[in-house]
Amino acid sequence: MHENDLKLLEESFKKYYFDHFDLIHVPNRPSEREFGFQRFDSGMTRHLAIKDDKELHLMLMNNIPSDVYCSNACYSFPNLPMREKDWKEADLIFDIDAKDLKLDCRKDHTCNKCQSCGEVSVNSPNCPKCQSSKLEQKSVTCKNCIDIAKQEIKKLTGLLADDFNIERKNIQVYFSGNEGFHVYVYDSQYQKLGSRERSELADYLMFRGAIPETFGFNRYKPDRSSFSDLNEEGWRGRLSKHIFSSKSKRSKIISQILTNGYSSFQNQLDEAKNEIGVVIDPNVTMDIHRIFRLPGSLNSKSGLVKQKCDNIEEFNPFTDACFIDDSTTEVLANCPLVFNLKNKKFGPYNKEKITIPKFAAVYMICKGLATSA
Amino acid sequence: MINLGQDEMAKYPFLADSGQYLKDKGFTLEQFGTDPDLKLIVDKAYHRIEAAAEGKIYRSDIDEHAKDAMLPREVFSFLLAVVLLKLSGMQTLIRRFSLAESRRAEKFLERDLSKFSEKNKEDLAIRILEDLFSIQVKKQNNYFVISVSDYLEHSISFHEREWKLVNRRVDAGLVFLTSHETVRLVRKELGSYINSKIQNANVPTMSDSFKEPVKRLESLAKKFPTIVVSSTEYPPCIKHAIEVLEKGENLPHSGRFMLGTYLLSKGQSVEQIAPLFKNAPDYNEKVTLYQLNHLAGSSGSGTKYICPSCEKLKSQDLCFIIPECDGIINPLQFGKKKIVNA
Repeated sequence: MHENDLKLLEESFKKYYFDHFDLIHVPNRPSEREFGFQRFDSGMTRHLAIKDDKELHLMLMNNIPSDVYCSNACYSFPNLPMREKDWKEADLIFDIDAKDLKLDCRKDHTCNKCQSCGEVSVNSPNCPKCQSSKLEQKSVTCKNCIDIAKQEIKKLTGLLADDFNIERKNIQVYFSGNEGFHVYVYDSQYQKLGSRERSELADYLMFRGAIPETFGFNRYKPDRSSFSDLNEEGWRGRLSKHIFSSKSKRSKIISQILTNGYSSFQNQLDEAKNEIGVVIDPNVTMDIHRIFRLPGSLNSKSGLVKQKCDNIEEFNPFTDACFIDDSTTEVLANCPLVFNLKNKKFGPYNKEKITIPKFAAVYMICKGLATSA
Repeated sequence: MINLGQDEMAKYPFLADSGQYLKDKGFTLEQFGTDPDLKLIVDKAYHRIEAAAEGKIYRSDIDEHAKDAMLPREVFSFLLAVVLLKLSGMQTLIRRFSLAESRRAEKFLERDLSKFSEKNKEDLAIRILEDLFSIQVKKQNNYFVISVSDYLEHSISFHEREWKLVNRRVDAGLVFLTSHETVRLVRKELGSYINSKIQNANVPTMSDSFKEPVKRLESLAKKFPTIVVSSTEYPPCIKHAIEVLEKGENLPHSGRFMLGTYLLSKGQSVEQIAPLFKNAPDYNEKVTLYQLNHLAGSSGSGTKYICPSCEKLKSQDLCFIIPECDGIINPLQFGKKKIVNA
């Protein structure tokens, strides 16, 4: 990273942390958590113990981290090496990332940056300048992606409450600070579950691994009377609503399913997963030793805050998570994409020297699509 | 310890405190070892092991009319079978015996659980599940319900797809099961419980009457060798990962982790493995060597990482299952075929 960029980012991040101690807190049971941080110019420092807000704020001021993390797990000795920590339990966490939603709009807000020469291009498999195939995808946050991600959150929290009996008050949604959301579940019957069990929970929510028998299609003794119905609870009911859509069509569709056969129904179930399953990253949920971005901290991929969303429907990341100040600064921008922040539209910029508010400058520098002039 | 009645003891003899039981009945182990009149029970114990070794479930001939005389014999034959097994030291027989005894107990548990009208019996089965396996079972209409977390902890080692949570009836944090399924959930643990009880039992003193059956057990054990046949073929997941790298495409971190740990476990060195990653779009020799050394446990915390399970790989979209995988649960088992009873 260029020296000027580093200076601008560190200054902006420091100012945010200094001005917003009120937004950054240690989680519950802080002395049992593992903390970690990264600086802009160095690797990860983890296995830290931080016992309260005061220590956290001191760490932020002393280090001006680019990213701050905290474990979802509680340990007896959070600052010892992993195998000596003595794992006790962990909050259940789900990651909903716009990148995994595979939306059509994705191509409109994604560009490639060549890792060899730094050239930025759109829709090209190789670097147009040096032909290198080592391209890094860069994307900006998009409203459509956020809206669809919100629908997934609704689906997820509904399932958590109905099927897993998790109280709404124990579910907390956070904007990740970049292109997705983290859903935390506190104090549930699932706190002590290990990694493989959490992977099963993830498969359940994603509707992965369902078999025809579960919905009444027995491979060897097909019997139409055992098929699931629309008013049943859990996946039997949800799948019925999805494939039969109404009570009147049920009988006809069952006949069709029986005619098409077992493996065809299995394919139908596999496809249904994309429609009725929740799109989460299962690797995040099953990791019980991970450190997660700390709520209230800045995300160095965007300069936006990992922000608590109390009202998810009305949450607007482009205004509600943008906390870098409005003073102007000059940058050399090479950003072929358009983005919105604090109700202002920015871009596209073709290797232009521009004067813009710091929050937009920081956003582009974090994305690698601008440098400090 | 659960308090048991006579017939319950016959059904679940592994719950008994063997020393205390013999004492209560006015016997000592030495008597069984020397008294010719008790030889019948020693024979019974031998047959109980023999049936287990052959994969059969020992049938209790509990006759309602002669219950008082029969029931203690049922318990004695179990306790003596343990004595004989300990004296023989044949692990393969202990394993088979534990499994068969757990299958036997499973049948009783299931029956007890489903007879919910006889309140008392249901209580015992439910108490066994709770005390031994920490599963809280409740009755709801025609189902037995347990919490999702309890269900997961006990079903996680099952590989049949019907046991996946998504294929279960789940509502309000509870899983709905039949009595058969509830008991099936603890089969393995019941086997391990019985096995550990036998492992932890003291080796008794050899008596004359035990010598002959113990000798027969030793030759019985020889009938069940385990032969492992290995092939050098890579499993499909590993083949796929190598192909991806050869094509110069990106293999995700999880795929690299799998490949590295797999090959290390197969005895390849870090230097042998590193060149495989040469074509990766972000290849950096130093980083690759560092990461492989980390996996091998030769740097960092010293933890030696092992190859992820098939289940984990499935969730990471790295599994490309073929019929030859044949129910393995870790890629490292691929091509190794256990031939039992060969």
